[in-house]
Amino acid sequence: MASAGSSLLSVEDLQVRFRTRHGVVEAVRGISFELGREKLGIVGESGSGKSMTGRAILRLVSPPGEVEAKAIRFDGVELQGLSEPQMRRIRGKRISMVLQDPKFSLNPVMTIGAQIVEAYRIHTGAALVAARRRALDMLTAVRIRDPERVYAAYPHELSGGMGQRAMIAMMLAPDPDLLIADEPTSALDVTVQMQVLAILDDLVTSRGMGLIFISHDLNLVASFCDRVLIMYGGRIVETCRAAELHQARHPYTRGLLASLPRVDRPVDELPVLRRDPSWAQGA
Amino acid sequence: MSASLDAQAPGWRAWLLAQAPQSRLQARLGSLYLGWLLLLANPLALVGMAIVVALLLLAIFAPLLAPGSPYAQDLTQRLLPPSAEHWFGTDELGRDIYRRVVHGGRVTLTIVLLVAIIVAPVGLAIGTAAGYFGGLLDTVLMRTTDIFLAFPRLILALAFVAALGPGIENAVIAIALTAWPPYARVARAETLTLRESDFISAVRLQGASSLRILIRHVMPLCLSSVIIRVTLDMAGIILTAAGLGFLGLGAQPPIPEWGAMVSSGRSFLLDQWWVATIPGIAIFVVSLGFNLLGDGLRDVLDPKQR
Amino acid sequence: MTETRPILSVRGLSVVFGSGAEAVEAVRQLDFHVAEGEWYGLVGESGSGKSTVLRAVSGLLLHWSGAIEVAGQSQAPRRSRAFHKLVQMVFQDPYASLHPRHTVDRALSEPLAIHRMESADRRIERALIDVGLDSSFRYRFPHQLSGGQRQRVAIARALILEPRILLLDEPTSALDVSVQAEILNLLRRLRREHGLTAVLVSHNLAVVAHMCERLGVMQNGEMVEELTVEQLRAAAPQHPYTRELLSASAGYDRRMAAELAETA
Repeated sequence: MASAGSSLLSVEDLQVRFRTRHGVVEAVRGISFELGREKLGIVGESGSGKSMTGRAILRLVSPPGEVEAKAIRFDGVELQGLSEPQMRRIRGKRISMVLQDPKFSLNPVMTIGAQIVEAYRIHTGAALVAARRRALDMLTAVRIRDPERVYAAYPHELSGGMGQRAMIAMMLAPDPDLLIADEPTSALDVTVQMQVLAILDDLVTSRGMGLIFISHDLNLVASFCDRVLIMYGGRIVETCRAAELHQARHPYTRGLLASLPRVDRPVDELPVLRRDPSWAQGA
Repeated sequence: MSASLDAQAPGWRAWLLAQAPQSRLQARLGSLYLGWLLLLANPLALVGMAIVVALLLLAIFAPLLAPGSPYAQDLTQRLLPPSAEHWFGTDELGRDIYRRVVHGGRVTLTIVLLVAIIVAPVGLAIGTAAGYFGGLLDTVLMRTTDIFLAFPRLILALAFVAALGPGIENAVIAIALTAWPPYARVARAETLTLRESDFISAVRLQGASSLRILIRHVMPLCLSSVIIRVTLDMAGIILTAAGLGFLGLGAQPPIPEWGAMVSSGRSFLLDQWWVATIPGIAIFVVSLGFNLLGDGLRDVLDPKQR
Repeated sequence: MTETRPILSVRGLSVVFGSGAEAVEAVRQLDFHVAEGEWYGLVGESGSGKSTVLRAVSGLLLHWSGAIEVAGQSQAPRRSRAFHKLVQMVFQDPYASLHPRHTVDRALSEPLAIHRMESADRRIERALIDVGLDSSFRYRFPHQLSGGQRQRVAIARALILEPRILLLDEPTSALDVSVQAEILNLLRRLRREHGLTAVLVSHNLAVVAHMCERLGVMQNGEMVEELTVEQLRAAAPQHPYTRELLSASAGYDRRMAAELAETA
């Protein structure tokens, strides 16, 4: 697997299980991948296990979910062996996460500035004045033209795109090495999506961060990321470089690509993906 | 993903749990059965249900469980402590307390059921109408509700009973008049949420009249909250009825109403504790039973927890 | 293009929410016409007013000004029952558009009961087959169905009254990509079989281009451009906003996005 630089994150045989009254639900069934300082996309539909993968890395899967893996190594450190306080020092400071809808992921009763400052101070112990300055710097870094106004604003006073940018500012303030973004632009309008992605692209590249971009949007991921993983039924069915996605070989990927309507390629009937049960067993 | 629980279940169970019901009846019953199973899974709710069922059985089979008249006096047997002959002892007029408590269960149940039957439909109708139509109707109905809510329940009940005269029927009316406002509030709150739902919009777009929408689409969804509320309120209703009885304004002597029994037993509390305490325990147990059942029902019926 | 009257005609439609200082013009002086048998797309992002337009046309929204004409008849805010037999709507969220306590059978029999249509049983069976569901689905509850299946039921419900005009509010936005293709194919088949006219609202240009002949692009309550899908395909949109939407639909482009980001 070609990856830029040394391996930042190494996941081996990750499994996520939920024991329910109706039996065991296996959300993730043994996936393995490596990530360097690059942009990796994880694509799948609902139920593919892509979100669970992101959460499992950060140990955010709560009971009755169970996470098991041969290895989850971040920068040489085995994450599964860490205690909860040690894990908390990693979460946010070295590995950060951006979620889908800022309406739900930002605290509605705190101003943006207060949230960024709080997050920053927890991880770096900086003084209030230094933290405030850092918050304003971050808001500027995400191309917000009036950082003072946004600093003092509450989440509901911002548009979706602004809110998501504020979220990114907050998550990148402590300068993490790895960012996990779970559908970061799905709740945004398509023109705003492009803006937010450009900012993300810029920040990730300039800081030499690793990025895991989780999404259902195959085309978006293919055009934004360096490498792509396709997940289906809790397994990885295909891995390839983003530029080579249209030469993908697995029938699921090909089926997914073919079933998308495209402005430049009119068809009479969209080819419908026919699911082969053998895909869920592991190709 | 809804998996069928028991593929090898006995005939009727499999029929109820079928993934693809073949008729309206099957679908309806199947849904009720699943709710029932959920309720069974909650031990406290089971306790509550057992108590309520016990009360029902007590009321229905009172003459069998405690034969004899609850009014039969024997002044030579006054204030006897609990014994093999009189399980709960006797009161100041020599009446067997066990018999009076069992027959008193009927009185309690009557009051509680009558209040519930009046209060729930009225509250539901007013609340859904106010919530759905909004505007002037909403204001008028809700301010009326506020007026009733502003009074402490027992005081308002007292006032009504004082005006109407003592007795079980008037007690029921008085309690009902004070108990309906919360149901209107609950129904209105639910209706406000539901009003903007797509499925309500869809049925509006089919040309349904407002009445049809309210009765067939909105009310069934408010019903769960109201049922839960009623069950949880039962305890309060029992206590209010007991309070009225205690003050001599509810069921009149010699009717064995538990509150009245507690009241008349007051003067003997120190030496003959059983006369007041045993009916008091009965009130407590039944209130607790309804509370537990109500909590359990909430877990089953609350759509947010489904 | 024949000169027959359009089956749907909207002129000068304006919708204002709120009043006084907080008044928001959700739709401003909108004009568009749809010929019978044509599928017209309304494209725009959030806040563009496209869904508001559908709500006004369908009769869900009562406070609008302008003129709405359907099948030659001018419409008042409150619609007649006959109107509802003519115009039906499919909503975006399949998880919210079916009554949670009603079976599929009930959802489909309700409109028939309201309009006192006969042979309800036969109509319900045929409606289910029409949307690709078999009779085993008839007595299930919505929570037992997948998103795609619910949307099929919603489409069956809309079509059971045999309307001529269908209003589609982002019918596939809440569905998985693979399910989207099935639903879009279903809609095309139903269009052919029933000769339907439709207004399709979406933020997804590719979906609109696949399903419609003409489209109107909305931004901030106004229609900034109206064009045919061929013109769109030839990359010949005139308005800069349309061009922006078109390029964004092709995916992320570092260069283009960098320009956009500068102006953020």
